[in-house]
Amino acid sequence: MNVSKRIVLHFPRRLVDRPIIYRLVRDYNLEFNILKASVTPEEEGLMVLELSGEQGEYDNGIKYLTENGVRIQSLSQNVIRNEERCTHCGACITICPTAAFEVEPLTRRVTFYNERCLACGMCIKACPPRAMEVHF
Amino acid sequence: MEKTIDEINEKIRQGDVVVVTAEEIIEIAKEKGPKKAAQEVDVVTTGTFGPMCSSGAFLNIGHSKPRIKLGGGTTYLNGVPAYTGLAAVDLYIGANALPDDDPRNRVYPGEFNYGGGHVIEELVAKRDIRLAATAYGTDCYPRRTLETRINIRDLNETVLFNIRNAYQNYNVAVNLSDRTLYTYMGVLRPNAGNATYSSAGGLSPLLNDPYYKTIGIGTRIFLGGGVGYVSWHGTQHNPGVPRGDNGVPRRPGGTLAVVGDLKQMQPEWLRGISMLGYGCTIAVGIGVPIPILSEEILNYTRVTDADILAPVVDFSEAYPQRKSEIVGEVSYAQLKAGTIQLQGKEVPTASLSSYPGALRIATILKEWIQRGKFLLTKPVAPLPGVESDITFKPLKERPIE
Repeated sequence: MNVSKRIVLHFPRRLVDRPIIYRLVRDYNLEFNILKASVTPEEEGLMVLELSGEQGEYDNGIKYLTENGVRIQSLSQNVIRNEERCTHCGACITICPTAAFEVEPLTRRVTFYNERCLACGMCIKACPPRAMEVHF
Repeated sequence: MEKTIDEINEKIRQGDVVVVTAEEIIEIAKEKGPKKAAQEVDVVTTGTFGPMCSSGAFLNIGHSKPRIKLGGGTTYLNGVPAYTGLAAVDLYIGANALPDDDPRNRVYPGEFNYGGGHVIEELVAKRDIRLAATAYGTDCYPRRTLETRINIRDLNETVLFNIRNAYQNYNVAVNLSDRTLYTYMGVLRPNAGNATYSSAGGLSPLLNDPYYKTIGIGTRIFLGGGVGYVSWHGTQHNPGVPRGDNGVPRRPGGTLAVVGDLKQMQPEWLRGISMLGYGCTIAVGIGVPIPILSEEILNYTRVTDADILAPVVDFSEAYPQRKSEIVGEVSYAQLKAGTIQLQGKEVPTASLSSYPGALRIATILKEWIQRGKFLLTKPVAPLPGVESDITFKPLKERPIE
């Protein structure tokens, strides 16, 4: 069975210059698509990946990452809508490149489908009441 | 059979008034017919909740000891400048005011994270606000600086006074250029990549009373979660725009100036907002009751999104250069369906005003009336109508010799 997940990797400083992603491909036969990366030498690395492959190999790849000190979060935990600030105006609808926001036709309330979100950040500053938050 | 506002108020006091929202009246009138619906329904409630830039609040902060004359000096609330051209301790904080050190659009597009609208929201939320003032000092007002925390609970009068709100219809914005634009109508993608609009459409107050037959000066309204009043026609009130057969303006038409006690209001309905690359403003919640005095008034409230046309304006050229041409006209039914057809292209739409908010306001106002806590008022004077000689004049620039 194949799996495909969007995950956020936090690399500690000592791993920043090691070919971690290369090992995922070579040793675990995983495919990756980098959605966002910011690696600062001598500091810390952050990478948002779409990672896919056979379930067993995927699990082993994740195990390899965690054993080497990479902290892993699911992407959907990182982009959050502050429900108190959201007014359901709908300004985000045509801003989001992956259609993660939809207006429910009957109530006209805006639903945020965070599994579609790539964490690109376009909505963060385009949201008038600033209801969208990214936490990495 | 015609009704009077006194008769409706008597029903409100007796608890047997029939109130429905401007959304509900459409089906009711279809089922019962307009004649019967006009007899049975007493009040139709409307609502709108969107960015309304010409908004602000007067605050009287009370006198310090020794006294200070803020008038003619400078005053900042949470770093945002307030207007001090009034007497010693009266201030006005406008929704678009920005801190002096805000980078504005020097780093384009500017973020505009905090401004006057946010100060008003925080005041209403009963949070402490930092006040920092300087004055020149006089014999009767000797003090020259003041730094203190203030809270709405301790202030004297706190009055929301918005000089232009509740626009009767509005432009739909598109961008025909090849670069992204950051406007008061939101982020506009190049090559007509999106279209933004800002009206509650069939639920919007002045679209349900297109000729201002019931809404006038003195009309009691829902304002920011509290009770307010229509105080005047709003700035840029423009009743003479082209109208459809139903009387509904096909261009931005009438506007309202509104006033109310900020202390009764709620931050949920006065929300400081930031328009990327444009500035700070405030989303204001307004609800207006329409007394169904006759079948004619009822028929106006039956307006649907399909009956209201709005002009599509290019914000890359026509709007900034004040050219009157429009790209086309679309209905709110089309806008709310998610895409409009423009120059042979399908353009996705987005709203800047909150329809769920507007509907919630119309529903809250309905409940207030049903519970007898909100009586209707008869306007003391009408708003200028189509017969008035009001026009919306552009600025005529004349060189200074």
